[in-house]
Amino acid sequence: MSKSNLGIYIHVPFCRGKCPYCDFYSLTDESLKGKYVSAVCREIELWGKKIDKTVDTIYFGGGTPSLLSADNIIQILNTVIDNFKISNPEITMEINPADTEFLDFEKLRHFGLNRVSLGAQSMNNSQLKILGRRHNAEDIKKSVNFLKSSGINNISLDIILGVPEQKNEDIEEFVNFCLSNGIPHISAYMLKIEEGTPYYFNKENWKFCSDDELADFYIYACEALKKCGYSHYEISNFAKGGFESKHNLKYWDLDDYLGIGPSAHSLVGGKRFYYEKNLKKFIDNARVEHEKTNLEKEFIMLALRTKWGVTNTKFKQKMGYDLPKTYFEKAKKFEKHGLIECSENRIKINESSFLVSNVIISEII
Amino acid sequence: MLSKERIRNFSIIAHIDHGKSTLADRILELTNSVSKRDMESQILDDMDLERERGITIKSHAVSLFYNADDGKEYLFNLIDTPGHVDFNYEVSRSLAACEGAILVVDASQGIEAQTLANTYLALDAGLEIIPVINKIDLPSADPDRVCKEIEDVIGIPAEDAPRVSAKTGLNIKDVLESIVKSVPPPKGSENEPLQALIFDSYYDAYKGVIVYVRIMNGKVKVGDKIKFMAGGESFTVTECGFSKATNLESCDELTAGEVGYISASIKTVSSAKVGDTITLADNPADKPLPGYREVSPMVFCGIYPLDGSKYGDLKDALEKLKLSDASLSYEPETSSALGFGFRCGFLGLLHMEIIQERLEREYNLDLITTAPSVIYELKLTDGSTIFIDNPTNYPNAGTIQDALEPMTNAHIYAPSKYIGAIMELCQERRGVYVDMKYIDTERVDIHYKLPLNEIVYDFFDALKSNTKGYASFDYELAGYESSELVKLDIMLNGEVVDALSFIIHRDKAYQRARKMAEKLKEKIPRQLFEIPIQAAIGGKVIARETVKAMRKDVLAKCYGGDITRKKKLLEKQKEGKKRMRQLGSVEIPQDAFMSVLKLDED
Repeated sequence: MSKSNLGIYIHVPFCRGKCPYCDFYSLTDESLKGKYVSAVCREIELWGKKIDKTVDTIYFGGGTPSLLSADNIIQILNTVIDNFKISNPEITMEINPADTEFLDFEKLRHFGLNRVSLGAQSMNNSQLKILGRRHNAEDIKKSVNFLKSSGINNISLDIILGVPEQKNEDIEEFVNFCLSNGIPHISAYMLKIEEGTPYYFNKENWKFCSDDELADFYIYACEALKKCGYSHYEISNFAKGGFESKHNLKYWDLDDYLGIGPSAHSLVGGKRFYYEKNLKKFIDNARVEHEKTNLEKEFIMLALRTKWGVTNTKFKQKMGYDLPKTYFEKAKKFEKHGLIECSENRIKINESSFLVSNVIISEII
Repeated sequence: MLSKERIRNFSIIAHIDHGKSTLADRILELTNSVSKRDMESQILDDMDLERERGITIKSHAVSLFYNADDGKEYLFNLIDTPGHVDFNYEVSRSLAACEGAILVVDASQGIEAQTLANTYLALDAGLEIIPVINKIDLPSADPDRVCKEIEDVIGIPAEDAPRVSAKTGLNIKDVLESIVKSVPPPKGSENEPLQALIFDSYYDAYKGVIVYVRIMNGKVKVGDKIKFMAGGESFTVTECGFSKATNLESCDELTAGEVGYISASIKTVSSAKVGDTITLADNPADKPLPGYREVSPMVFCGIYPLDGSKYGDLKDALEKLKLSDASLSYEPETSSALGFGFRCGFLGLLHMEIIQERLEREYNLDLITTAPSVIYELKLTDGSTIFIDNPTNYPNAGTIQDALEPMTNAHIYAPSKYIGAIMELCQERRGVYVDMKYIDTERVDIHYKLPLNEIVYDFFDALKSNTKGYASFDYELAGYESSELVKLDIMLNGEVVDALSFIIHRDKAYQRARKMAEKLKEKIPRQLFEIPIQAAIGGKVIARETVKAMRKDVLAKCYGGDITRKKKLLEKQKEGKKRMRQLGSVEIPQDAFMSVLKLDED
């Protein structure tokens, strides 16, 4: 097991309202915010004593991290700095475009924030309404300008593909907006109706896309983004050269990350554990639960999601032994149909086959 | 031992659901043959399957004592028979062991096809028929109408027929008294050489085969050396006795007129075939009892284990079933689509279903079965004749001079308002109308000549759904006739799937081909490549569908927290694939094989 750096993920479990497609853990009651921040800092201190690693990414996700005040964020960042060695960290915060103007980004940038992931989702107001978002297209434009004027240029925008009523033109408009505003990173997610969400319970009332239509949107988005010079580096992620999300790459490279907050998961030293989805418990008596791992399979499954695929070099670095030949043998079956590319050192899924990657990955692992 | 004068051997004839087993229950109760503690519903139908479906599959014999109103004690031997046409031969042998038959008719539904078919068997066997009108407690009961129907259709007096409710127990005693009065005591002489008629047998793990017999002449006791006149084998009797309602009761000897069992360390029921005559090796009878014939399977299908590694289990299970079911036949076969399995032969469709269900239930096997086939007779250009029951062995069309298929005489009984629907169905199944008779003002007997292969293929289901369940149906074989047969092959991705091939009349090939292709398209999940589905006759494609390539199967989001859950998801997906059959590069789910067998259901 190589001694890699550590990423820290802070899960902020608060939202003004629940979006009908989202199944992440969050609460609309914000009264416990103060106690939550204290608990996060307490946990960071505790882990700081146990983990001797250098932190090089910090990521505030949620939920809606932009519901915390700049001071809350800074308090947490300072706690990390006080308890861990830090090396030139990428510090990302997810921001709801409706909240941008209430946060002092100059101050945040001063304390290290250098990347923002903006939950834009769409540039079409009627689709934003369908998605239950509390921002509009104007908020997105203002947010981007505001962030840039605060000195934050490493911005990622989320777009959801397959929103009811969506057309190719909407995607094109979104991509053009990103290009003309110099947005270096885009995450494009195909809408998935997750169990337990309002969309799931009201499936009949919405005109959701078929899988074929979703596939068409995805291909359209990929082509539009490619034309604009974005590299498709993971199934749902696109970036200009050098702007790949360092933090998210840790997930797909099986690097260490420590997740703090209710429902946050960690992988540290080959062990996976997580906090329960329960804010009260997290505040009063936070405990982590462990879960089983199969690092070899996980490594392959995750690496195959990226444009680099799985390489023997990286595998050996991580696992300490060569990538077993059986995986190459299983992969060969798909190679002759042009779905994947194999070389002595590498197995990778071709971009054109990302859409059917489950079939390929499940066969290979 | 009672004198023959006090013995009554009889069976009960009824249509399904007309209350045969319930009546048998009441008779057992009234004669105190079963203690209250052991009494359960349909006691003679001891297979779960029999109770559930309300049908009798195996014959049973029960000896019971009845104290009649004349103050004397009588020995009743009740032989319960299967009612279904598949088991016609077995029924005829059970009836041959009796002197009388109780004909149970539902007071609201009247006579049905099976009732009539079995009643004719009983009349042919010279039995005294005692009509009994059951279910008179039902509000819809019309015993007078049914009484008249019995007289008109069957031609036996029914004026004095006991009107009973087997469910409530009303007037059951009348039935017992009728048996005493109307069923003649058995004939035959115990001084003649032994002639014992086998009407059933089953395999017992401890005693070997238990053979149910009616002693027609002579007597048999423990230690006798017996000989099966048709089977040819000889055995020494180790036990004989009477079959009581819940147990076997051994005795010293069985004599002419009696019904009982013999065990003689016989290893397989195939040695003791139904209808064969048992005689004594030292003092044999001149000739066997009439009526014996070899039963041969009529319907064939391939049976494969869902999980290929269970082949051995399937083989063991078939071996065990064969021990107690002489009419089941099986031999190993291999399919490139389904792997190793067996070609099995059955008496008919019900028999096939029963065997499949017993394999699945009693032996816990998951099975795939291929479309049922009948035996075709093919006269080849080289002058030879072959018989084919497996489409795989169908020769090249160019070598066939003439193809013949088995025909049946089919009778359908139904309310007259369904005549149109029934004739349409029969026409559609290549039936040739023979005639039609009114049973009463409401109901008709429609007689068609139908090819057997049209019947084995879900005809009964179609009939039921076209007549809201009111029609009943019976058939008998009626020889072979020339027919324009073709072999239809199904190709997936250009490869013939042997398990889906079948033999069909040319006129119906196109329609079936199209339906099968559509159904397969529906059942085969989209895969990484486009899969052409083609139906072809001798290389000429007559129907085509395409399973489009899968477009999307991807996890859009996969970040820190999700990983374990998503890995499980992918692993589950892989498990799902194991349940598919791999054919070349195409994966076919098990239920695709099953669904094309039942195309007409939707």
